[in-house]
Amino acid sequence: MACYLTTGKHMSIYWSVLTVLLLLAITAPTALAFGFAGASAARSRVAPVSWLGRGYIALVRGVPDIAFFLFFVIALDQIIEYVRHRAICPDWPEPVRQGSDFVVCQAAKMPLGNAPQWVHESYGFAIAVFTFAIVFGAFAANVLHGAMSAVPRGQIETGESYGMTHRQTFWRILVPQMWVYALPGLSNLWMVLIKATPLLFLLGIEDIVYWARELGGIKTSRFTDYPHGDWRMWYFLALLVFYLIFTRISEIALDRLMSRLTRGQATTGGEAQRKVGLT
Amino acid sequence: MSACTQTITDYGLRAVGIGERLLPRDDFTLCQQFTLIGSGMIWNVYFGIVALIFGFMFATLLAVGKASRQRVFRKPAEWFIFLFRGSPLFIQFFFGYFLFLKLKTVFPIFAPFTAAWLGALVVLFLNTSAYSAEIFYGALKSIPKGDVEAADAYGLSGWSRFKRVIWPTMLRLAWPAYTNEAIFLFHATTLVFFSGFPAWQQRGDALYYASYFADKTFNPFIPYPILAGYFIILTLCVIGLFGFINRRLNSHLPSNTRQRLRIRPNLIR
Repeated sequence: MACYLTTGKHMSIYWSVLTVLLLLAITAPTALAFGFAGASAARSRVAPVSWLGRGYIALVRGVPDIAFFLFFVIALDQIIEYVRHRAICPDWPEPVRQGSDFVVCQAAKMPLGNAPQWVHESYGFAIAVFTFAIVFGAFAANVLHGAMSAVPRGQIETGESYGMTHRQTFWRILVPQMWVYALPGLSNLWMVLIKATPLLFLLGIEDIVYWARELGGIKTSRFTDYPHGDWRMWYFLALLVFYLIFTRISEIALDRLMSRLTRGQATTGGEAQRKVGLT
Repeated sequence: MSACTQTITDYGLRAVGIGERLLPRDDFTLCQQFTLIGSGMIWNVYFGIVALIFGFMFATLLAVGKASRQRVFRKPAEWFIFLFRGSPLFIQFFFGYFLFLKLKTVFPIFAPFTAAWLGALVVLFLNTSAYSAEIFYGALKSIPKGDVEAADAYGLSGWSRFKRVIWPTMLRLAWPAYTNEAIFLFHATTLVFFSGFPAWQQRGDALYYASYFADKTFNPFIPYPILAGYFIILTLCVIGLFGFINRRLNSHLPSNTRQRLRIRPNLIR
């Protein structure tokens, strides 16, 4: 049994766990950056920029996210290929859309048709990360936008009365103070992000869901029969437990972080901590 | 125009198996995409409404259980809520499907559970119960002490106190968050046919048809915006209905202390 669970095929499911963790490690900061850009755009005093920021937040939030995942993967791929197509082969005679087909010249294919397998895989992964970042960036933008308006108005006015410009009050007063207000929302978002990782499967990445289906199945190809019946239920049970443990650990870690950050803050949480310390 | 009416009669109820058997294969018209994706919405609405109604009742039970002082009631409720809130819905669907497949081989009575209309509904029902129970539990904890004391002063106790004071107040406090949960739930219904549950005879939900068109035409820029449009309309309907109930729940309060609905929809789970 122990021997069976360490066969070459099974190693790939353990690797795919790392894929999930890698995705989380890349997506979280990228989404935060997107969110910060979106939130600052929404606060901008230039009307079109503000509309852009608000539109980004509203659009991504109003539509089921899986639809976005499915949409962006094809759309991004086609946009990239189209741009390369226009740049590389400008004298291509036929239109790109021919009925139900999307045709670009060979040199504009992304990745190139003769590229090795790993390039295809990492290209797919990069698109997936970008899609996650766009969708979660909108959620993060929403949280950060709320946090920015939660910073007391007096703080900014004080900055202004010292003669700071709009840009200076933003970077020196608003941004350092907003994190305490943003943390509950952001930690919630982190939980949601963890729980969204199985959707990688829909983006065509060979992730843990893919391998659980493959390895648990009775037979996957004509050549290899697995020495067991339909075990997919047990594989998915294992995934369920994996995610439960992962969420639990993050929950504990984020609670610790929150109590560190609220120490000494003039909020109800900080006040409660102080009272516990006194008695 | 008459071609489009013909398409609507052919495919308007395609998602429930009424009308033309074969899906269009080529020369997709805009009308076909609108009709089929719209017909898929029947499933989304069905899953959403039924899971919401049953989930509401079970969630109330769970919330009361979690707030109970007795361990026998509290522990199972806590574990149930943790189990369904701590793991991805997508994995829950897969696990549920394969669990029902396994059960079917032992007890034939589980055969209908391997079909989406019942199996996926059960998973969605349990999932939304857990999420709503957490919301209700939070509301239960924040019922003003004065309300309960007033009920005690009137001599209400036990069931009548719960029915007349605690439950209505809990609902009133929980309602804005519960509205968001309902919107999540409708969005979550799109996962069903991507998670193991087979779309029998290609009777799928809106996203199933949208991805069908995107696959066939290699053009995501038409079907997905149509889907988005349908969902925005559905979300607006939910907001309208829940807003109406919210006004009813708050109608006894002076207008300046009423809770406004804050719509913060759509986070995946």
